[in-house]
Amino acid sequence: MKTTLAQKIIARAAGLDHVTPGEIATVKVDLAMIHDSGGPRRVEPILRELGVGLFDASKVVLISDHFVPGDTDEGARILAMTRDWADKYEVAFHDGQGICHVVLPERGHLKPGMLVVGGDSHSTTGGAFGTYMFGIGATEMAGVLATGEIWLKVPETLFVDWHGRLTEGVTAKDMMLATCGRIGMDGGGYQAIEYTGEAVSGLSMQERMTLSNMAAELGGQAGLIAPDAVTAAYIARSGGDAGDWNWLKTDTGAPLMAHHTMDAASLEPQAAAPHSPANAAAVSEVGATPIDVAYIGACTGAKYEDLKNAAAILQGQSVGSGVELLVAPASRRDQQRAEQDGIMAVFETAGAKILPNACGICAGYGTHRLGENVTCISSTARNFKGRMGAASSYVWLASPYTVAASAIAGKIIDPRAFLAVGGGAA
Amino acid sequence: MSGRIFLLGDNIDTDQMAPGKYMRGGIDMLAAHCLEGVRADFPTDVRTGDVVVAGRNFGVGSSREQAAEALKHLGVAAVVAQSFAGIFYRNAINLGLPVLVCPDISALTDGAYVTLDLEAATLILTISGDTVALDPLPDNLKVLLADGGLIPHLKKRFAGENVR
Repeated sequence: MKTTLAQKIIARAAGLDHVTPGEIATVKVDLAMIHDSGGPRRVEPILRELGVGLFDASKVVLISDHFVPGDTDEGARILAMTRDWADKYEVAFHDGQGICHVVLPERGHLKPGMLVVGGDSHSTTGGAFGTYMFGIGATEMAGVLATGEIWLKVPETLFVDWHGRLTEGVTAKDMMLATCGRIGMDGGGYQAIEYTGEAVSGLSMQERMTLSNMAAELGGQAGLIAPDAVTAAYIARSGGDAGDWNWLKTDTGAPLMAHHTMDAASLEPQAAAPHSPANAAAVSEVGATPIDVAYIGACTGAKYEDLKNAAAILQGQSVGSGVELLVAPASRRDQQRAEQDGIMAVFETAGAKILPNACGICAGYGTHRLGENVTCISSTARNFKGRMGAASSYVWLASPYTVAASAIAGKIIDPRAFLAVGGGAA
Repeated sequence: MSGRIFLLGDNIDTDQMAPGKYMRGGIDMLAAHCLEGVRADFPTDVRTGDVVVAGRNFGVGSSREQAAEALKHLGVAAVVAQSFAGIFYRNAINLGLPVLVCPDISALTDGAYVTLDLEAATLILTISGDTVALDPLPDNLKVLLADGGLIPHLKKRFAGENVR
């Protein structure tokens, strides 16, 4: 029988030979990731009420990112209780090391074929490694921590199939904004999205993570990419072991719910207008909207390669007058690597302000928030009304390239003009 | 028990129900600001037994279950929508808040009084007596809701295991 990658992983985790889309399956969880917001402060009272401990502390990873740096009294208290909880249960704990979706694979926790739950909606990011990873709320997470199990409705699979190769200045983020524009924020129908095609195979792991991350904005339960040699090499570098991954692919001819074909070669840099990622259009078509703030941050848009792309634009340039450029590298390791490569120096010379390795303005939990009537262009995943600050603020979404170029110009602009100048070849 | 309909649009996201600015606080604080950016009268006017009716993709966005918890805290009896975002849907059931898919919400008007019949999967309009069909819940979710949510359900399960 021809089956999908999603079916194969779920069947394995359910201890069954085969599962069928639509059936309810109870699966064993290989790993559970929690963070400081939905984690200890929410699950501990439930575990106490149930009178149980963790199903397996070696399968739980805790990462602090939402309330880091603890710039409010309540946030600092939540971080303190997060640290106490890590000590009490002796789980793997990455404290202040960056955003969970980036830190988890960076530290070698993910392996192709795993069934993983995360206490955050962007947990779809793990799908880039050929793991079936999805987000759940805190009560459900407490249930997983207590039992090691979760139910799911075996999903249908829809392909987002990218033909051709991306051109210079166009990235995974542009691919995702274009996909949001095409199929909408509920186009995924809480099924499994699988990214395929030449353009996907050609991406690095961090770029693939951006595709899987924004499966959340397509309404997918998971955003999968079949593992390959690129995946295995990343995992080996991160101290993990990819194991046998050759079986982890959708069989040719397996039934699909939908097959969306997209063209990478003709894709232009994209920008999504307030207040939805689905309001995407080519930057060349949206007009030169003036901006006040440019934000390079979040699991979606501030990984090492995102920083590198932004720096390629900002090299030898400075931020436009009246514009504030804020950079919150997604992980400490990515920031350290960017320091070694001179990327952080480019940001500082250009006049950017560097923020902690945390969810920052994207989550909007701390003191850094957008003010009244501020227009921001952001490398993050969501531009919902009021999410990043005042309800009167406007957030445009774009790639790190486009955010950097717009920071220089003071208005939303196609970044390729800067790349042509910097590269000396137009 | 009948309640009034609060009619909302498409893509109501969880940031609207549980704003990030108040996430460091408790449920009282979050509930006091629930959906205020969508309609300012919601957190102040909603009463026990009222029903939220919405369009497509209700609960899109962040996995924060305080979104569903805030609605429940304010007394919302059920959310009826043309479709739900998956994580919100699971969170609501896990917290014991009925969430039901209604393919055609055109007969459901803002402020109208309705009664939910969970067993029959219908909404009954109080004045006309007309019924509006809802998609029946899957059996496993009926069990969870009947138990009052995931925590009471797990308590039962653990108690059963201890007996054995």
